[in-house]
Amino acid sequence: MRLALVLSEVGQGLRRNLSMVVSVVLVTFISLTFVGTAILLQAQINQMKSYWYDRAQVAVYFCTDFSSVGTCDQTAATPEQVAAVEAQLESETLAPFIDAYYFEDRQQAFENFQDQFEGNAIASLVTPELMTEAYWVNLVDPTQSQILADALSGLAGVESVVDQRSYLDQIFDILNASSFTAIGIAALMLVAAALLIATTIRLSAFSRRRELGIMRLVGASNRFIQTPFVIEGVVAALIGSVLAAGAMVAIVQFFVQGYLSETLPQTSFVGLDDALLVVPVLLGVGALLAALSANVAISRYLRV
Amino acid sequence: MIRFDEVTKVYRGTAKPALNSVSLEVLSGEFVFMVGASGSGKSSMLRLVLKEDRPSSGSIHVLGQDLNRISSRKIPYFRRNLGVVFQDFRLLPNKTVFANVAFTLQVIGKSKGFIHEAVPDVLAMVGLEGKAERFPHELSGGEQQRVAIARAVVNKPSILLADEPTGNLDPTTSMGIMTLLERINANGTTVLMATHDAGIVDRLQRRVVELVGGRVVRDERGGGYVTQAIPQVQPDIVIPAAGPREGLR
Repeated sequence: MRLALVLSEVGQGLRRNLSMVVSVVLVTFISLTFVGTAILLQAQINQMKSYWYDRAQVAVYFCTDFSSVGTCDQTAATPEQVAAVEAQLESETLAPFIDAYYFEDRQQAFENFQDQFEGNAIASLVTPELMTEAYWVNLVDPTQSQILADALSGLAGVESVVDQRSYLDQIFDILNASSFTAIGIAALMLVAAALLIATTIRLSAFSRRRELGIMRLVGASNRFIQTPFVIEGVVAALIGSVLAAGAMVAIVQFFVQGYLSETLPQTSFVGLDDALLVVPVLLGVGALLAALSANVAISRYLRV
Repeated sequence: MIRFDEVTKVYRGTAKPALNSVSLEVLSGEFVFMVGASGSGKSSMLRLVLKEDRPSSGSIHVLGQDLNRISSRKIPYFRRNLGVVFQDFRLLPNKTVFANVAFTLQVIGKSKGFIHEAVPDVLAMVGLEGKAERFPHELSGGEQQRVAIARAVVNKPSILLADEPTGNLDPTTSMGIMTLLERINANGTTVLMATHDAGIVDRLQRRVVELVGGRVVRDERGGGYVTQAIPQVQPDIVIPAAGPREGLR
């Protein structure tokens, strides 16, 4: 009986303020889409980080005839100098940090380069003599590249010690910035959504002030009076959340999985399972936000 | 039943108190008229009994509860023991007579079965059988007030508060309403009624409490709208002569 009464009040309220309810739905839809995008972007960054960081190597480049960087003096590194570096890599101080390493001579570097820039004009300009010899080192813990840099960069014949992660960090910085932008927009939109829900509920309460007055007079409990309004707000926000969740899933399904992973097959992207993890977060945020702001709005209205 | 102890009520932004150290005791089963000019404090007293307001000082006990100490969460449950009727009826225009009365019971969580038994009973009691499916605008003023009374008493309250219930009605209809209120009172409900209607007060000869400027100036059993007796309460207050007050009405 009471449940039916509460639900019929909710239905009445929703119908009476249809335009406001639609705007609540739209605002929560947009704001939660931004929230979801931000979360997925973070997930994407983490996924790419763990993928690339594990594969990121430290390169120990040797001097060439054209290089004057580091200890180089425009003379290529001698085989003895290369051997000295290898001895360091094998030594007891460095070996525990190193998972694996291999030597890349000029010919191999040239072939890799030709592979990478196949069809590019620069590929035809490069000769094996221009390439740099290097040791490619996989560390046990990729974050400890500084140890190698400290130990090796002073050695004779070593041009530089480069951690590939430093290239990746720039990309991640950009991605991070965009994800923070999304979070910022999402926060602003959520504030707007909360205020809009509060206004809608107050409007709804005002249009039912006669009933509210009589309810208070005959001793309806505050909870009973509030519940329909809170449910009203939650229903409107939940519709928005469901739309946002649908948009999230659709973006991942059709744009990320359908387009991006076709175009960039080497990169692993967030999948549907990640999107489905975000869905309950969106629904929860939407419902909680609506319940809180509706509660505040209606209790302010009911205060004697 | 209802006890006011030195109750003073000053509304914010006004210097003159609406009620000035009012003491009053209403016993169970009494029928009390509260008379006095507009602004004399009648409505303020009713609001205080309903706990819609709190007194600036003094204490009020209703049904054995100290209203200063009752927690705000318990106020709704306290109000279920009170019925209220207003001059402007305050019915819900989009609900039928039956739904208006049933609404009261629904919002305090009564079962469907109970509602379908209690509402026709109370509608018969107020003389509205056969009009359950009418809407308020299809009823006369007197009938609307009967709906309001039915709504107020359907939950069998111990106290019925009536704020000028006949204020919008013609004398004949008013008498019908008063007969109904007397019947409710005869069934054991304490009735506290604020009114300007001298004819009704004179006719019923019940207890009369007269307020002037927020003070009780007369508390007379079996009195009329205008006293014939020497004032019993607070003799330091000068009671205005009968003539001008009658002129005010």
